[in-house]
Amino acid sequence: MHAEEKMTYEKWPAAPEKATLEAKNKFLGFWLFLGGETVLFASLFATYLALKDKVPDTSQHLAKDLFELPLTFVATMLLLTSSLTSVYAMYHMKNFAFKKMMLWLGLTVLLGAGFLGLEVYEFNHYVHVYKHTFTSSAFGSAFYTLVGFHGAHVAFGLSWILSLMIRNSKRGLNLYNAPKFYVASLYWHFIDVVWVFIFTVVYLMGMVG
Amino acid sequence: MTNQQLNSGNPSVDIEYRRRKNAEEMRYQVISFSLMIFLTLVAFASVAMKDFTAWFTMPFILLLAVVQVIFQLFYFMHMSHKGHEAPTLFLFSGLFVGLTGILAFLTIVWW
Repeated sequence: MHAEEKMTYEKWPAAPEKATLEAKNKFLGFWLFLGGETVLFASLFATYLALKDKVPDTSQHLAKDLFELPLTFVATMLLLTSSLTSVYAMYHMKNFAFKKMMLWLGLTVLLGAGFLGLEVYEFNHYVHVYKHTFTSSAFGSAFYTLVGFHGAHVAFGLSWILSLMIRNSKRGLNLYNAPKFYVASLYWHFIDVVWVFIFTVVYLMGMVG
Repeated sequence: MTNQQLNSGNPSVDIEYRRRKNAEEMRYQVISFSLMIFLTLVAFASVAMKDFTAWFTMPFILLLAVVQVIFQLFYFMHMSHKGHEAPTLFLFSGLFVGLTGILAFLTIVWW
């Protein structure tokens, strides 16, 4: 099967994300990239753990003064749910249901945007109420680098999914774009994987002390 | 749960079979999602209640996070499916390097 072939429900293969050579290469290359991303985020976690609560003087706030459970909880629920909605999108992709896939991808984008909005509010709150900035302490630098890097991944993931949706809105599903949607959803899940460790290591462990 | 090309020679039978297989897999996905939500609730509750010492809470919520990420990787990202040998190698190599880095930073960096 070649990539640009006009697809029908009957012709659609069981694993459209790996049906062509290009798709197989994309799949392999993307997982290699995710392995590298794991190292990147682990190094940021290492830096954060080494520099947590390392502030120059007592006027500066520590992790347990800054973080609030409800905000982190809502953000976590938004991102976790967006992971499920992208699973639904890929389910419909495998069933060649283009419109349903687009609908669930749209939901994923909305939930992700909600998460990003909360993060912007949160950072703004820390900077203006607590004077906790990128340059105020080693703790601040490590915190904003780790959480900000994740937030940048969310922003990138959102624009990625959105551009795929807009680019392919009139094209429908084929073996050329199915791997693209699949890889974008893998990226979105990976963002959620990183967030699980951020809410545990940064926020929950920060509040415990 | 395999993910191979299935052929009986009769396209309409194959499609029906695959549809049901996909629907069944989607049910597993929803179950793993509910488990992930449950683990998250337990983690937040154990911090919110403040009844436990940090020596209990810290390893406990870390364990919950690891379990949740296993669900995410093996079900949501399909690492339990066939044909994911290379992804598994890549991810765990990255994890090995990353965890070594975390161990190093926790033991040799001080203020």
